[in-house]
Amino acid sequence: MKIKRVLELLNAEMILEAGDPDVEIQAACSSDLMSDLLCFAAKPGSVLITGLINPQVVRTAEIAELKAIIFVLKKRPDKDTIALAKAKGIPLIVTPLSRFTSCGRLYVEGLESCTEEAK
Amino acid sequence: MSGKKVREGSFHLVGGDFTKAGVASSELKSILSGLGIDMKLVRRAAIATFEAEMNVIIHATAGMMHYAVSDEQIRVVIDDMGPGIPDIDLAMQEGYSTAPDWVREMGWGAGIGLPNMKKNSDEFKVDSVVGEGTTVEIIIKIKEGKAGEPG
Repeated sequence: MKIKRVLELLNAEMILEAGDPDVEIQAACSSDLMSDLLCFAAKPGSVLITGLINPQVVRTAEIAELKAIIFVLKKRPDKDTIALAKAKGIPLIVTPLSRFTSCGRLYVEGLESCTEEAK
Repeated sequence: MSGKKVREGSFHLVGGDFTKAGVASSELKSILSGLGIDMKLVRRAAIATFEAEMNVIIHATAGMMHYAVSDEQIRVVIDDMGPGIPDIDLAMQEGYSTAPDWVREMGWGAGIGLPNMKKNSDEFKVDSVVGEGTTVEIIIKIKEGKAGEPG
């Protein structure tokens, strides 16, 4: 799924364009626990849906090779977080939707979980 | 040190400095990928060292991350001046954490850092002395290690 499609589905705004705008999103993960992401975000090329807006979210995305970060409930990161994402080439997206609704909308459109869980 | 040495170096870690948290692991990740190491191994090394670095930031006053890369392995040793771990077996259990609430509010302290470091390493060691500090050794084998994905 293209990032453009993600923006449409989540009524979202791209607050930082970075990296390849045509990058293909392979899967999605959603957590406010950074260690969970490092432990279970097994597939690189995933998008992260989170309610946390501190710079460590960007660091975690970089280390786990996530392709974009979606902040839910209109949460906006501060300028340090945005600057770090810019430096690391990770696009930032803000949606008014909740985590649950964001995940649901992407899931029904075919985006898979980034964890290799039993179906 | 096993194998022919390719590169080594170290980073200072400052306890409590969350603005710099992750910088060392991020730089190490760039160095490893610049050496042309398989990206799956680089990702495992980055995840394990980032977890170790965060533990120093969260729990210790200061620490060092030393790395040595040979043609056979990536070896990273993280040592700190911290409170030490009284019971390493307990700390290795998933879900056990002594992190304060304010750290949990930042998304850390889930109690899976040490097990995740082990999961991403081919060889993993923790030594700790209460009141002195903790040393973590992470080895990822470039030849004949685990497959790319941890497990």
